[in-house]
Amino acid sequence: MNYFWDLFLGGITRGSIYALIALGYTMVYGILELINFAHGEIYMIGAFTALIVASVLTMHGLTGVAVLILATIVAVFYAAAYGFSVEKIAYKPLRQAPRLSPLISAIGMSIFLQNYVLLAQTSDFLPFPNLLQDVLLPEAISGWIAPSEFIIIFTAAVLMIGLTLILKFTKMGKAMRAVAQDREMAMLLGINVNRIISRTFIIGSALAAIGGVLIASHVGRINFYIGFGAGIKAFTAAVLGGIGSIPGAMLGGLVLGLTESFATGYISSDYENVFAFALLILILIFKPEGILGRSSQQKV
Amino acid sequence: MKNQFVHKYILGMLLFLMLIAIPTAQAADTIKIGIAGAHSGDLASYGLPTVKAAQLVIKDINAQGGIAGRKVELVIEDDACKPEMATNVATKLVSAKVDAVIGHICSGATKAALRTYKDAGIIVISPSATSPELTLSGQYPNFFRTIAPDDTQAKLVADFTLQTLKFNKIAIIHDKGDYGKGFAEYAKKFIEGSGKAQVVLFEGVTPGAVDYSAIVQKIKYARADAVIYGGYHPEAASIVQQMRKKGMKTAFISDDGVKDQTFIKVAASYAEDVYASGPKDTTKNPLAIAAIAEHKKAYGTEPGAFYLNAYAATQAVLNAMKKAKSTEYNAVAKALRTYQTDTPLGKIKFNKEGDAIGAGFSMYQVRKGVYVEIK
Repeated sequence: MNYFWDLFLGGITRGSIYALIALGYTMVYGILELINFAHGEIYMIGAFTALIVASVLTMHGLTGVAVLILATIVAVFYAAAYGFSVEKIAYKPLRQAPRLSPLISAIGMSIFLQNYVLLAQTSDFLPFPNLLQDVLLPEAISGWIAPSEFIIIFTAAVLMIGLTLILKFTKMGKAMRAVAQDREMAMLLGINVNRIISRTFIIGSALAAIGGVLIASHVGRINFYIGFGAGIKAFTAAVLGGIGSIPGAMLGGLVLGLTESFATGYISSDYENVFAFALLILILIFKPEGILGRSSQQKV
Repeated sequence: MKNQFVHKYILGMLLFLMLIAIPTAQAADTIKIGIAGAHSGDLASYGLPTVKAAQLVIKDINAQGGIAGRKVELVIEDDACKPEMATNVATKLVSAKVDAVIGHICSGATKAALRTYKDAGIIVISPSATSPELTLSGQYPNFFRTIAPDDTQAKLVADFTLQTLKFNKIAIIHDKGDYGKGFAEYAKKFIEGSGKAQVVLFEGVTPGAVDYSAIVQKIKYARADAVIYGGYHPEAASIVQQMRKKGMKTAFISDDGVKDQTFIKVAASYAEDVYASGPKDTTKNPLAIAAIAEHKKAYGTEPGAFYLNAYAATQAVLNAMKKAKSTEYNAVAKALRTYQTDTPLGKIKFNKEGDAIGAGFSMYQVRKGVYVEIK
């Protein structure tokens, strides 16, 4: 192992998490042209749910991979339910409203969820059990990469490939793409647009929850505020890659993670955020639609 | 029932206040001690415990006959921790001809007031102003304090790292905040000044970042023996965990922002062996126990911030006057630097700069899930 490789892995790990969250931003934007600011909070709620489930399971004597998988499954369902409800409560009634209204509604939802968790749980940092470390890897791999990093990168890759396949080949995926291209035309062709929007929120929330569980167990602590920082970075990644574009969000996440890691490693961690956002500005100057974004055709 | 109790309580308070007020009115030749600090506004909770501490101390002293037959009285003035008010307070106290001042509470207000006291030749002892320059600048020979300045903590940590642990390559990390960065900069200055060790890394991290793996790699490849971290416990917990998960055995040494039980709770087993500095443990000092019990008896509540420091400050200045057999500036200043006073903070006297020797910080280490003081 050398320095470059370690920084590279750290960057990819962090970038994978950004990408998982960024997918939620970009999918929602693609369909509704709405920046769902409450998305970071869904990620945080996913992590909190996993923490509670993991603590309960550990008390009942379960250990290791079983806890990880069960906690993740519960977290995914819980976060998906939250994502679904947020859309129904905060965005659906505003579907015909001016574009600024759902945006404000999203910010309100974000603040509400943060404070809800703050009051219902605690303002303190909580230790998150180290679920990833228990996973044993074959020696050939473990020499190169820490188990937690391997699992994060591997899981993120599988999820992203899965999502791409779903969007490409399933009926639901086709419907989603159709709604993203032209909501009214899709509606005319008999697609239940509201159902597609709900599903988009569910998928995005599930991905964010998985990201939340993975990173929380990698760094070992959570509080009610983690969604804000991660949300801002993931949103940056989505814009960097081209908001609305699925491969763009994935690429944007990885590029952002690597930039931060290398900036810290080779220059100074004081400037971690400076480099991350300088990169964003540079790319937006030369390619305003983002790395993989298509210049938006005028919608009707 | 409750009303009756409240009435009794208020009556008791009034009687108590009168007890202080009556001798004031009678005795002609009293020793006047000024009490200056925030007694109103946002920071009143920092200033009021000092008033209570001083009242309790002089009550005891007066019950024993005062200092060389002279009773002690208090002159209480409120500066709300505002520098512009502090200068007015200082002028007021000077014209009231106080013999010494306990205060002020905030560093900024203290600094603003000090010149007035210096020109009038009045001793000032603060229980809470921690800004290093107040003593280190050498501009205020009339200033003393019973709390350790911000840089002594860094000095203690640096000395401990170099002399007790004998590390040669040190990485210093901070959270870019006033407190953490200030601590880190002092630690760097002391370590580089000693010439015994090398600072291989000096960097700030972003609080609340998603993870800290890159900085951890940097520490690892800088081949540091020890990390000195300036900041608070959430980031420290993350960095320690990521270091240990990478199999790094690098020692982790930090400040009193990390000497907190929450740090151990969050970092769990990874917190083991971490060093942190923190205020000296006074919980076993019988004088501290007695002073706290006295407060509970008189006011029915737990004492507030800097109570013990103020208690010690009042005792120290009165003891110095007793030893010097005078309230004259030079004699009292000399006595403060010469004679030890037995206080709730331990036996203290003051060094040339005016900082208390014997009060301050200790090093702690996490052993089996609790911070244990290292003797």
